[in-house]
Amino acid sequence: MKNIISSTDLGRKEIEEIFSLASSIKKGKKVKAIRDKVVALAFFEPSTRTFTSFDVAAKRLGLQTTGFRSEHETSVAKEETFADTIRMLSSYADCLVIRHKFDGAAKFASQITNRPIINAGDGKREHPTQSLIDLYTVLNSFGKIDGLRYGIVGDLKYGRAVHSLLSMLTTFKPRHVHLISPRQLEMPKGFLKGLNYPYGETERLESVIGDVDVLYATRIQKERFPDEIEYNKVKESYRIDRDIVSRMKDKAIILHPLPRVTEISRDVDATEKAKYFEQAGNGVPIRMALYSKILGG
Amino acid sequence: MDDTIMINKIRHGTVIDHIPVRKALMIPRILRLTEGKDTIAILVNAKSRLMDRKDIVKIENRILKDSEVNMLSLIAPGATINMIKDYKVAEKKSAVIPQRIEGLLKCPNGHCITNHDPEALTVFDLVTKSPLEMRCGYCNVSIDESEALKQVSGE
Repeated sequence: MKNIISSTDLGRKEIEEIFSLASSIKKGKKVKAIRDKVVALAFFEPSTRTFTSFDVAAKRLGLQTTGFRSEHETSVAKEETFADTIRMLSSYADCLVIRHKFDGAAKFASQITNRPIINAGDGKREHPTQSLIDLYTVLNSFGKIDGLRYGIVGDLKYGRAVHSLLSMLTTFKPRHVHLISPRQLEMPKGFLKGLNYPYGETERLESVIGDVDVLYATRIQKERFPDEIEYNKVKESYRIDRDIVSRMKDKAIILHPLPRVTEISRDVDATEKAKYFEQAGNGVPIRMALYSKILGG
Repeated sequence: MDDTIMINKIRHGTVIDHIPVRKALMIPRILRLTEGKDTIAILVNAKSRLMDRKDIVKIENRILKDSEVNMLSLIAPGATINMIKDYKVAEKKSAVIPQRIEGLLKCPNGHCITNHDPEALTVFDLVTKSPLEMRCGYCNVSIDESEALKQVSGE
């Protein structure tokens, strides 16, 4: 394994190996330290959770980290091109973790440098390490990923975590996927063409809530909207509260890539269905497993 | 009155014949012909037995590569491409829609990296020939025939 650019780059066997290694790490099994190597965390777009978990995962393995947390901290702010910034980082570090607002940035970076590239989220479509975390959390809850009924609710138009997850699910066999969103935020039609499993679209969460095993909620992301008027029309379209939870299957779970705003009520946190903090915690072992696969050989 | 325009035969090079009318003017741009020193003749609205009217392009001293021939399929799928050696047709080729087009088309996605870094040249891969659909290798956004034609023609 050299790069992780897209959710569809990884085969089922590779994904299962990553999950298996992450489980060993979670159980406290010692993994081989990777010393004398440096990871550059190149976050051209701000992020808290992803940045921190990549940073912590590296340090737990003995790796050193360098980098930046926003474009303003780089020479890009001085009009240096993205390609030149990647070349510069490649001369300092052994692996580059890239977060960027533009689609295809990580793929382009992988063509600029021979150093391994890990896509920490770019553009509107790719966030493969988040998808690994999501499905790993599903696996830990149900013992399987195949055969389940998924409900994806919220911003299906701009949300990269959702697009990436739905792409990674094409490597598995979900029974059905409900795509739940206001019309303004529905899944782009071109994207739907790439799905190889049964799915349906609806605006009403209530109509499918009793059917799902995994409810994946997302934030309506203000920063992705072209203007505030459009954002205000849809910002509180869905709210998962105790009433919604009471209509879910007994063993169903709720995931969220976080941060949340108002889409999940705080009193849901205490229910057994709320798995989103466990999901966030899985960020470190999954990213440790990825570093081990890429740099530990 | 005789409305014939005489254009000399070429000794060595490529003749692109049976180009739909007024599409010949796009060809120098697609094949980057004007970047070299070769003599190029462009004939628009020539009489044709097969097509009533047609365009013709003659390029002296340059034999088009297969990849260049295939680029012509975007605007002139029925064109015949004759490779000329010593004033004779040495080989005939027809344009096939290419599996990949690099550096010619612009990605319509304003958030694609190819629109933000001068080194990130566009790559479009063929999805379907009919109707034509090509997909950006960086962001997966598709373009159709009318968009591709619009871009190639510069309209």
